[in-house]
Amino acid sequence: MSDPARLRRPETVYFFGTCVIDLFYPGAGLAGMELLKRQGLRVVFPPDQSCCGQPARNSGYLDEARAVALRQIAAFPNDWPVVVPSGSCAGMMKTHYPDLFEGRPEYSKAKAFSARVFELTDFLVNVLDIKLEDKGEPVRVTWHGSCHSMREMGVVDQPKSLLRQLSNVTLVENPREKECCGFGGTFAVRQPEISAAMVTDKVAAIEETGTSQVLSGDCGCLMNINGALEKAGKAIHGRHIAEFLLERTSGQGGK
Amino acid sequence: MSDFTQRAPIALNDPTLRRNFRRAMDGLMSKRAAQFADPAAWAALRERGAMAKARAVARLPELLEQLEAKCTANGIHVHWAETTAQANAIVLGILQKAGAKKVIKGKSMVSEEMELNHFLEGHGIKAVESDLGEYIIQLAHEAPSHIVMPCIHKNKGEIAQLFADNIDGLGYTEDVDALTAAARRVLRDEFATADAGISGVNVAVAETGTLVLVENEGNGRLSTTLPPLHIALMGIEKLAETLDDVAPLLSLLPRSATGQPITTYVNMITSPRKPGEKDGPQAVHLVLLDSGRSRVYADEQLRDTLRCIRCGACMNHCPVYTRVGGHTYKFVYPGPIGKILTPQLEGLDCAGDQPHASTLCNACVEVCPVKIPLADLLVRLRTESVHSGHSQAVKGAGSRRSLHETLSWRGWQFMYAHPWAYGLATRLMARLGNLIPAKAPLMRQWTSVRTKPKFAGKTLHELARDKGFDHE
Amino acid sequence: MSETARANILGRLRAARRTSIPALPAWDAPAYAVDERIGRFCQLLETLHAEVHRVTEAGWPQQLRTVLAGRAASLMVAPETESGRRLAADWSQDAPRLVPYDRPVEEMKTTLVHGVDAGLTTAVAGIAETGTLVLWPDAAEPRLLSLLPPIHVALVRASTVVDNLPELMRDQGWSSRMPTNVVLVSGPSKTADIEQTLAYGVHGPKELVVLVIED
Repeated sequence: MSDPARLRRPETVYFFGTCVIDLFYPGAGLAGMELLKRQGLRVVFPPDQSCCGQPARNSGYLDEARAVALRQIAAFPNDWPVVVPSGSCAGMMKTHYPDLFEGRPEYSKAKAFSARVFELTDFLVNVLDIKLEDKGEPVRVTWHGSCHSMREMGVVDQPKSLLRQLSNVTLVENPREKECCGFGGTFAVRQPEISAAMVTDKVAAIEETGTSQVLSGDCGCLMNINGALEKAGKAIHGRHIAEFLLERTSGQGGK
Repeated sequence: MSDFTQRAPIALNDPTLRRNFRRAMDGLMSKRAAQFADPAAWAALRERGAMAKARAVARLPELLEQLEAKCTANGIHVHWAETTAQANAIVLGILQKAGAKKVIKGKSMVSEEMELNHFLEGHGIKAVESDLGEYIIQLAHEAPSHIVMPCIHKNKGEIAQLFADNIDGLGYTEDVDALTAAARRVLRDEFATADAGISGVNVAVAETGTLVLVENEGNGRLSTTLPPLHIALMGIEKLAETLDDVAPLLSLLPRSATGQPITTYVNMITSPRKPGEKDGPQAVHLVLLDSGRSRVYADEQLRDTLRCIRCGACMNHCPVYTRVGGHTYKFVYPGPIGKILTPQLEGLDCAGDQPHASTLCNACVEVCPVKIPLADLLVRLRTESVHSGHSQAVKGAGSRRSLHETLSWRGWQFMYAHPWAYGLATRLMARLGNLIPAKAPLMRQWTSVRTKPKFAGKTLHELARDKGFDHE
Repeated sequence: MSETARANILGRLRAARRTSIPALPAWDAPAYAVDERIGRFCQLLETLHAEVHRVTEAGWPQQLRTVLAGRAASLMVAPETESGRRLAADWSQDAPRLVPYDRPVEEMKTTLVHGVDAGLTTAVAGIAETGTLVLWPDAAEPRLLSLLPPIHVALVRASTVVDNLPELMRDQGWSSRMPTNVVLVSGPSKTADIEQTLAYGVHGPKELVVLVIED
């Protein structure tokens, strides 16, 4: 990667919490910020942030998406990296902001902003070169790779490499790790039957791993997978990797 | 309106169909992955193939003229058809002039677009499919459910029954060799007595006027060699500039499609039988079909659709296609490529729901050997489907626009672009959201297989402030 | 009709805004060390379900008889080719009956479709990358010889085996001399249309025998 921000460790980073985390998984957002803070960084959470705009863009409402995107860009004015605990929102900001503004006056602003966007686990591994010390009890977990994380952000092995640093954590490969869980934002309600079939298969694959937890870097997927796990009465629970990492490195219960 | 959404549950609730597709797609994905195990080699080959097609698309009008000139010089008759009806009429005219009563067909998706078999039967000409998969679905009176493996939705038992019912002297057997041998026996006689062969074209080389056809069975070679007359059908986009482009495309196509390094046969046809040659058709005709493609071409972004080499990798890797199968799409091209091609060829008014039948997971984008930005094109078509006026690029633009949806997104924009509104709304939702009943609109679809999402009580905005994270 | 259609189609394509023509990136098909080329070629063909024998220039007719013994009662040959002439001059009584493909297909259809067990062709080249035979049928060696008989025997000289297709096209100058038909053959006829189960000989030859002549 040629992003200049990768070359050196910044003193300050922005944190973009995402709208799903804001309402449903704030603990994952706090954990992400705490992990960064423990690395000696100043973490800034601009209050004017809301949503990356992906729901509107993916539904074909580009003007609406642009209006919201511009508001985000304005909320992160300084030249600091923007760390995002979601490959999907990061993908929107990194790859689709420039597309959205192509040929418009705001293009260079959008392009410059997109260059500062990092997915959280990628940032921990490739920019901070984080070293983790496991303080937790032995546990077996599996991983769900989010589609946009893998295919828009190129985040495939980074989160798993973090898990492998933890001496008491056994990472069991998920046989369908790279298959979409069926969330897809509005897809889940536009095509409820297909989405249901996909998440049912996803849950079955997770169950096959025989683990007690499924970790992911995207709370959209987790909301979908956890809802299906719970409805089916499974004992497995899905968690955001940031929360898990923070807990493991703080000792049990150290949120 | 097409009713993809209504049809999907039929396939989803058919466990045999689900199993057939799942098994087939899992096998195809792992075989493809084994072919492209070296990421650097894959990237280089893919870039070469993608640029070969991108150049061919960029230069399409002059390359079509070059192809026509070369083919004509080589003795191949070239015909142009704007519509499938014109293409059918051209084929019929050629066959009637030759007095043909029976044609044997190699696999051709363009002929599916034309519904050629049905058309010819209506004019007293028998059309026999000779690709084993196509033969099977012709016996079953079905349409292909996959562009490369047309009968992939059927299992051995279903095919055994079909053969037992239709082939004289063959009892019920699930032995694949026996089934294959029976088809060979029946079709060999059809080949020997056919008056003409009809085929598709995988790549037409403008530089030399060569038609390249790939296949494993030999039926394509037979269809284009044994009968006295050969008619090749191709969409106007199936072009390569030069013979140099053939090798990379040939390397990408079968590896992407079925995970094989090369097909058993690569058949390159440059002319009809020449004086002194003992076999090959006396006449070769090439029908160039537009059928909406030049309209796709009009838009610079949508034009990328025309790079497609019809390998089917996008459908093999599509989590939606794998679950609903090809017939749910109803049109000739299913899966991701169908979701972008069909609305453009048929109009958003009749296929506008297809671009929405995707999670935009990008699995197709990752494997497309010619780098068609399928996910971006899906979003573009979604945009077209709810906006009219600013672009005339796609037929039926704006046909899915509704006041309700438009206002919802306006409201969404207001909330998310105004921090005060967002703060107020999210603080309210965090506290009251869990009171939304499971049967409420939208929540009802969600809770069919999931519990309700759990609002956290306090938003991250509030917690970040409480925990003392800097605001600026 | 076709003329109007042509004008309309080209008119619409020309009316569209032109985009820049991207450059073709460099790409090299795989290459192999000289001493592994033939080995790879033979091994891949075997993987593709072909039967491969490495023979000498003097010995291939004898090997051919051995291969066909008990499998074929008749062998169709192209009498005007070098191999056809050699077999006609020196064949044995107890070997499969030689059937010459010496008239137009219209006069030989029944024999071709149902009446011969094997066909002999000579490949103009082999391709190591994919285990492929390159057939270049012509007036002397017809197209159906390699397609209709249930057993296809192909002669290929080791010296003609190249690394990959682009090299062959370039070296042999294909772009200025494409014949009526060129066929690349990689194994016997096969299908996987029934439950992705491989079955051989669905329409073309069920067996492919390759005699690699070490020269």
